[in-house]
Parts: sequence; C-alpha cells; structure tokens
Amino acid sequence: MIRSITQPKAEKEIDLLLSGSGRIFIIGCGTCVTLTRTGGEPEVRAMQERLSGKGKLITGHLVVPVACDNLTTDALAEYGHQIDQADTLLIMTCAFGVQTIARQLKKMVVPALDTLFMGKETAAGEFTEICTQCGTCIIGETGGICPVTSCHKGLVNGPCGGTDSGKCEIDKRKDCAWTMIYNRLMDLGRLDSMRRLQPPRNHLGEPTPGKMILSEK
Amino acid sequence: MKVKTPSKLEKILAAGHLAVTSECGPPRGSDMEKISEKAELIKDYVDAINITDNQTSVTRMCSLAACIRLKLMGLEPVLQMVTRDRNRIALQSDILGAAAFDIHNILCLSGDHQSFGDCAQGQNVHDLDSMQLAQTVRLMRDEAKFLGGGDISRPPQMFVGAAANPFADPFEIRVPRLAKKIAAGVEFIQTQCIYNMEKFELWLQIAGDRGLLDNVYILAGVTPFKSAGMAKYMKNRVPGIEVPDELVKRMSDTPKEKQAEEGVKICIEQIQHLKEIKGVHGFHVMAIEWEEMVPEIVKASGLYPRPSVE
Repeated sequence: MIRSITQPKAEKEIDLLLSGSGRIFIIGCGTCVTLTRTGGEPEVRAMQERLSGKGKLITGHLVVPVACDNLTTDALAEYGHQIDQADTLLIMTCAFGVQTIARQLKKMVVPALDTLFMGKETAAGEFTEICTQCGTCIIGETGGICPVTSCHKGLVNGPCGGTDSGKCEIDKRKDCAWTMIYNRLMDLGRLDSMRRLQPPRNHLGEPTPGKMILSEK
Repeated sequence: MKVKTPSKLEKILAAGHLAVTSECGPPRGSDMEKISEKAELIKDYVDAINITDNQTSVTRMCSLAACIRLKLMGLEPVLQMVTRDRNRIALQSDILGAAAFDIHNILCLSGDHQSFGDCAQGQNVHDLDSMQLAQTVRLMRDEAKFLGGGDISRPPQMFVGAAANPFADPFEIRVPRLAKKIAAGVEFIQTQCIYNMEKFELWLQIAGDRGLLDNVYILAGVTPFKSAGMAKYMKNRVPGIEVPDELVKRMSDTPKEKQAEEGVKICIEQIQHLKEIKGVHGFHVMAIEWEEMVPEIVKASGLYPRPSVE
C-alpha cells in the first residue's frame, strides 16, 4: 500500500506558526501518520499537552480515519462546534490531509508535519520511496527497479562513479539503484536492456501541477 | 540614491537623468557578429543593453558570452539571468564569471516556462526564484559571501535589477510584489511593455504612496507595434499585457504599408507621455527583432544625445 511518509516539524517552527493563535483545534489521522507515529492518537495527545503547557487553549482534538478521504467532511461536521471555537487548526497529517481539511473550513491551517515522500513499508518501521510519479515510466527496461527515484542523481543510463560496495556515496543506508538493476538484469539474463542508450527524459509527461480529467481522454 | 557600484546605468540614474536601455537577443548559433551588429545599431542611443537569457525558453547563445562581447566592445551590458535553467551553484558561478569581466548590471528573472520553447520536455530548475536571485547577488556584492557562507575574493559589483508587471492580475498584488522585490535588494526595475497608461500610472501612484519609489529606479518598458497583427496578438495572446482597444483600432485603421510607421509613432507618444510622470526614471525600449528602430524612437522622444557620466 502507498503510504505518505511524514516527519514532525521542529517545535520551534510550529510555535512560530501558532504565535498569533490562542485557540487551537488539533486533527490527526488514523492511516499513514498513525503507522509512522507522527500524527496518530498518542502524538495528538502529546501535542495537546505540550501546547496547553504553553498557555494555548485547545478547543478539542480529533483523529479522522483517513484525512485525505472525502468522508473527512462528515468527521469534521461532527466536531463543528469545537472547531468553530478555534482560530487555528493544527493538523498532524500529511499535506494531502491538510489540504483536504483546509478546503472545507474557513480557518487558517498549520501543518505540524513535513511530508517527505510517497513510500512503501519495506520492513517493519522502514519506509522507502520507490516511485516519484514522473509520468514516463522506464522500469520495463530496468528489471522493475526505478532509477529515476532510487538513484540520488536520477540517472537513467547506468551508475555514476560514486557507488561504494553497492551503496550510494551520499547515504550509506541506501543501495545504489544501478547496482541493484545490474544484479537483477544479470539474474534474468537481460543485461542487453541496460545497453540501450536512454534518451533525455520527458519531464513534460505531466507537468506539475498534475491534473487528469477522464472525460477529456 | 547613493551610487554603490561602477555601473554606468546606475550613475546615470543617480545623476537624475532619464536612462534609456534596450535589448538584444543572442543568435541561435555561435556567430558573435550578430550580437555586435545589433549592438552597433543602438549603442549611441542607449545607456545599457540587456542581453536576454534564452527568452521564451528557446535555446540560444548564452547571455553571459554575449555580454562579454559587449563589454569587449566598450559597451554597458545588462546580464539577464533566469532561474529556470540553473541551480544556485550555477547561478552564483555565472555571476562570478560575469564579474570577472566587470559586467556591472544584472536583471534577475524567473523566465518563461520551458513548455513554450524548443525543449518542452526539459526539466525546469527554479532552485531559487527571481527575488532570491536578487538577494543572492546583493549578498555576494555587499557582504562578499556565497549562499553557503564562504567568502568571495573580489566580489561582484553589480547594479541589481528585476522585472515588474503592473498589468497582470490580480492587480492588487502588483505593488506588494514590487515592494517585496525591493526588500530583497532590487535597485532598478524594467517593466513589462506599457500600453495601458492609466493602469501604469495607478500602479506607480500606489507604489509612490507606499514610499517605494524612493528606493528603486523604474524604467518604463515600451515596445513599438510592427503591425496591426502584432497589436492584436499582444492583446489577445500574451498574458499579462494589456493593449487598449483604441490602440488596436488605430493600428488596424492604418493602411498596411504605414502600420510600422504608426507603431513607432505610438511608441514615441507613449514615451513623451511617460516622461512627464513622476517616478519614471527612464525607458526600456524593447523593439523585438526590430533593433534598427531604436535610434529613431530615442531621437524623436527627445532622449538623444545620451548623457555621459564619470
């Protein structure tokens, strides 16, 4: 399952963003941020305690099941009164959740988290980015491993000189994408597909901000 | 305002003269003579010459090389630099390259989106935006520091400019945006082509009321119409440019063979009108692929001869 991977903003930054606000309603999410322990029930409660300690009035809190889902509208409606009493919403979800909520309420929203990437849980407590939604997929030629995402330089024609015993020179926790691709293609007897010179990438696959309207297709 | 750089453009503005700048687009090839020819046409009629940086995202000879050519001809280039194509390493590096040739003016821009140009599939960079670029040049100049904090030996001495568009909507954010650019360190502005005088004057008045015009020189951008077709195109197809109906009508009512002449006449009238407006410190004449008309426009507008400064 795709997960939105987040990390908490520094307390200092959150405090600065909340500096003009006295009354705050806190929203968390029961999905990705619960899994990454950045915006589930325990983190929301800890935030409530910290801010109360700093003299903020917390008008209430809510952990919606899936913040980015349209059903969030119903969850928010239930807490309408407490939300109304707040001047600011502190949202401990990924940016999808923050924006889904911001669209529906006429309140300033403050994100408590930074959204790092769309990732996959690759081991217990380990999340990895494997696709950056570039719009022009080439993994049919790389044994199903994406170098655009998994190589720090996004190189599409093989590794640079910075590979170090199968790891990347800029982060030893990360495998060199091209070492993995090479090994995979060798196992499959398909090293030939690595020999083809990939042309410059098409960054216009879908220029950011992406939009798709099915009826136009 | 006090002169802070060896820029001739800055000195002319500081001396209270109405400055005149124009621009040349580099060729789609490596023939430097093309730049020299264009510059020769206009050099006695302008104080500085902008060299565009891959304008409309069409790949051309780099602005820096063409600016160096102008410098070697003894002319005053304005290095246009867009943030679309280079990250902060390359931008700072090119600023130093320009400084090595004593290029004293820079115009900081974000640049048209690459999808308009000849490499639509290319990646844009925008590691910095135009305001951050202006701020970077000021940091490098005034504090002799790189963005990374290191010291610069022989820092650049550049008069820092940016563009402003008084016409794009929403109109209400145009003056605050100017204010932000000035706060970032911008010292002169070259505006988008002005056709709607009323709106330009309103923009200038609001800027003046906020006290912004004490801290920046405004060069009013003008572009002569070559034809009625061009006037219509600018009106209907170029976002952020406002051409009043009466100007389109005036061009359309002129017989085809007289349209270019009429376009130049309109441009001269515009300059004469703008000369009287408080807060206008000069003109940026953008005669697009029509550089040969610049001398006539400058002369007929009473802006010739150009002043000399020490």
